Formats: sequence, C-alpha cells, structure tokens
Amino acid sequence: MSLYDFLYYIILPVMCLSALLVFVRFVIGPSIADRVVALDLLIIIGTGIISIYSIITNQPTFLDIAMIFALIAFLGTTAMSYYIKKAHERKKLKAGHVNMYEEEEEL
Amino acid sequence: MSPAEWAIAVLAGFGAIFSLLAGVGIVRMPDLYLRISVTTKAATLGVGLLLICAALYFQEISISTKVLAILLFVLLTAPVGAHLIGRASYIMGVPLWKRSVTDDLKGKYEGHSQSLSSGQAEVAHDEAKRTNEKGQN
Repeated sequence: MSLYDFLYYIILPVMCLSALLVFVRFVIGPSIADRVVALDLLIIIGTGIISIYSIITNQPTFLDIAMIFALIAFLGTTAMSYYIKKAHERKKLKAGHVNMYEEEEEL
Repeated sequence: MSPAEWAIAVLAGFGAIFSLLAGVGIVRMPDLYLRISVTTKAATLGVGLLLICAALYFQEISISTKVLAILLFVLLTAPVGAHLIGRASYIMGVPLWKRSVTDDLKGKYEGHSQSLSSGQAEVAHDEAKRTNEKGQN
C-alpha cells in the first residue's frame, strides 16, 4: 500500500465524513451563531482536504487556494459576528423605544 | 515506503483523527459555547498536522514558507474569531447548557448592549427569560 493509496482510501474519506458531520450541524443548528461556527469549521476542514489533495495530485499550487480559504473563514466569522451584534442592538432599540418614534411623528 | 512517507502517513492519520473529533464534537456538544471551544482547538490542530504533511512531501523552501504562513494565520485567527462569535452570541442571548455551573458574564453585557433602552427592568426581564430557557432545556 503506497502513500497515495493510504491518503486516497483512508484519509480523504475520514475528512469527508467529518465535513459531512459539520454540515449536519450547519443544517440543524438552532441559532444563526451555530451556523456561523459550523461554516467556519467547514472551511477549515476544506483547507485540510486541499492540502491532502495537493499531495495526491503533486500540485503545490493548490496550497494558494488553501491560504485564500483560511482568509475567507476569518473574514466571514468576523463580519457575521459584527452583523449579529448590530441586528440585535437594532432590535432592542426598536422594542424599547416605540414611544420615542410616536413622539417624533407627533412633532 | 521511505521514512519521509511514513512520517507523512502518521501525521496525516493524526490530522484526520483530530478533524473527525471536531466533526463529532460539533454535532454532539449540547451548547453553542462548547461547540465553539471544540472548533477552535481540535480543528486547528488537525489542519495544522495536515498542512505539515504537505510541507514534508514537497520539501521546497517556497512551499514550506507558504505552509508556515497558512499555519500561522490559522493559529492566530481561530481564537480571535471564536472570541468574536462567542461574544456576539452571548449578547444575542443564546442560552447556556442547563447543567452549566457558572456564568461569569451574567448582568455585565446586558447594560452595555442596550445602553439606550430603559435599563434595569429589561435587564431583569432578560435574566428571567434566560433562566426560563435554561429550565425548558
């Protein structure tokens, strides 16, 4: 059993199984924060799959895409947490200041 | 197989095992915060080992530098991203696990996030809601 067979028949299926498990959490996640965490982990596991695939196909160029994936994962998590917080603050503001808007309409 | 290939096989095996543990953990853990903790530890270690495999296989300076850059970036950004999403979800009011022992941030973020709303009454309302959700779970 050569190294390529080992990577192709054992490592890649295990990585795909873990990606599938993370995707289950991405689908059933109760809150949106669960989905963001699952998406982050999905992209990180994709980085690992890309690095294994670059060994199998003997193409080191694929590692550039792994780097871009790592960047996108961090950017996505940061942006989603920012907007989650922003949406929550806006919701609280609307719930707490219904009277304020009414006064403005009267003025 | 040569010794370098054996090393690659062993490292890839451990990396795959850690990634699988992260996948099982994110499905089985009862709470968002525990899931975040699984993500930021197991996945970082697993992907780090898999990337080191690529560096060992190609054995060129340019590729090793690239792998080192990815590894350093993942190691730096995984805790930062986990902290950001954990803080946002705590402010949003994601309930803790019902068997959680302690909550050190209780009552500290509510005032900060709704500094423009009516204050104490809503804080008490939020806490009552949170304990209700904990009881239902």
